Amino acid sequence: MVSPPPITVRDLSIRYENNTVLSGVNLEIRKNEIFGIIGPAGSGKTSFLRVLNRMDAFVDGMHYDGDVSYHGQNLKTWRNLFALRRRVGVVFPLPVGLPMSIYENVAFSPRIRGINDKETLDATVERCLRRAALWDEVKDRLSALGSLLSGGQQQRLTIARALSQDPELLLLDEFSIAVDPVTTMRIEDVLKELKNEMTIVLVTNLVQQARRLADRTAFFLTGECVEVGQTEALFNGDVQDLRTKEYLEGRFG
Amino acid sequence: MRWLFGSMTILLIVPVVLVIGILVSRGAPAVTMEFLLSEPINGMTAGGIFPALVGTICLVIVALIASVPVGVAAAIYLSEYAKDNWLTRIINLAIINLAGVPSIVHALFGVGAFVLFFGFGTSILAASLTLAVMTLPVVIVATRESLQAVPQAYRDACLSMGATRWQTIRRVVLPNAISGILTGVILEVSRTAGETAPIMFTGAAFFLPFLPQSVYDQTMAMSLHLFVVSTQVPDIPEALPYGVALVLIALVLVMNSVSIALRIFLRGRKKW
Repeated sequence: MVSPPPITVRDLSIRYENNTVLSGVNLEIRKNEIFGIIGPAGSGKTSFLRVLNRMDAFVDGMHYDGDVSYHGQNLKTWRNLFALRRRVGVVFPLPVGLPMSIYENVAFSPRIRGINDKETLDATVERCLRRAALWDEVKDRLSALGSLLSGGQQQRLTIARALSQDPELLLLDEFSIAVDPVTTMRIEDVLKELKNEMTIVLVTNLVQQARRLADRTAFFLTGECVEVGQTEALFNGDVQDLRTKEYLEGRFG
Repeated sequence: MRWLFGSMTILLIVPVVLVIGILVSRGAPAVTMEFLLSEPINGMTAGGIFPALVGTICLVIVALIASVPVGVAAAIYLSEYAKDNWLTRIINLAIINLAGVPSIVHALFGVGAFVLFFGFGTSILAASLTLAVMTLPVVIVATRESLQAVPQAYRDACLSMGATRWQTIRRVVLPNAISGILTGVILEVSRTAGETAPIMFTGAAFFLPFLPQSVYDQTMAMSLHLFVVSTQVPDIPEALPYGVALVLIALVLVMNSVSIALRIFLRGRKKW
């Protein structure tokens, strides 16, 4: 497996039509780290994730300016965006079990890459479900509908689905919003292991979750990247901007 | 209030019950196996309706073959690919207006376009294409609505995995929209089988006691035949027009129930 390349972001701004939702972002995401992004709703966190796998192409009116490089190559000049997205796993806030069986949910990504060999698919499905800590719960009913699982199980299913892409980069957008605390802890344990194989960007509303997981954390506030720093340092009060300290201490947001 | 709404509902089913009741009581004696499978004789005052029955089935099938692929493809384009701009808004408006055009206008269009301009003559092909144009809006609107009922989150999840738009449509969107699309087809079948005006000038014959040999032949049709035996032929036994009407309704119901059965089967497999 190719080692995950870093992402560099220079002067990124994102707008929908004429409405700028994020501007002046400069940061770097390093290999095999969990990069946390925290901030209140409407700070541009989700829009930022969209740019990282160029989903902006599918959103009417969404544009970004600036330079986002992946593998040292500017995402704007990336030739095959579909190939790019296949290397990037995404987990959405609300679990999106595709309307098909558990098995097919996980086999979907290999299938669209043209893999149809049953044994390979079986192996992939089992491996990914195991990694997502879901295998034991669903191994006897792989042909049941994914949407019949509980919310927490569905979210682990979407993580398994993201893993089936063999991603170099995993984007998590507030994954725990519809998941109970116990499942959240299980998923967090999974993420800590996955970090050895891929780079993870974790957008979260939960400040403590960023503290538990993220190696470094960025704080976004109303369309601005306030600061980026080592998570522990930030939480210990070593901040450049007082707003970060106030947010981390729960004084607003 | 409950009483008011309830009585309106009952009012609604009264005509349906009356229509079917009268048709069955007066028409049923005329409907026999022989009636269905023989051709009209004695200036249509006796005999059966076989050529008209076959003709209507042919018209419906050819019309479906012409309109369903075009309508579904257009709806997929409008719903999945096209951006929302002034052009697509005009197209959508045009589709709605097309649905409002009276069928006799479609008939004249059919004469001009298919019978004369394309040179199909008065034929099944010309009549079916006229019917297809007329029912296209039904298919497009039903398909577009059912495509848009598929949650956007499915598309996003699918696209974010690197699927192309077409892979997304084929593997996720279409399988979940199929029952709605079939509803559109059901509506289309009913309208196509029952319409008289559009086929009068384009392909349906007054009296033609042979089966059509190809799509370039004229044919009898149930709807026109009903009109003819009800108003144009003197000294006709009273049961005969009722019998024709009963068979026409039964034909539409049979065609619909095939689609409905298919729908139920597919809904059983619906995944959310």
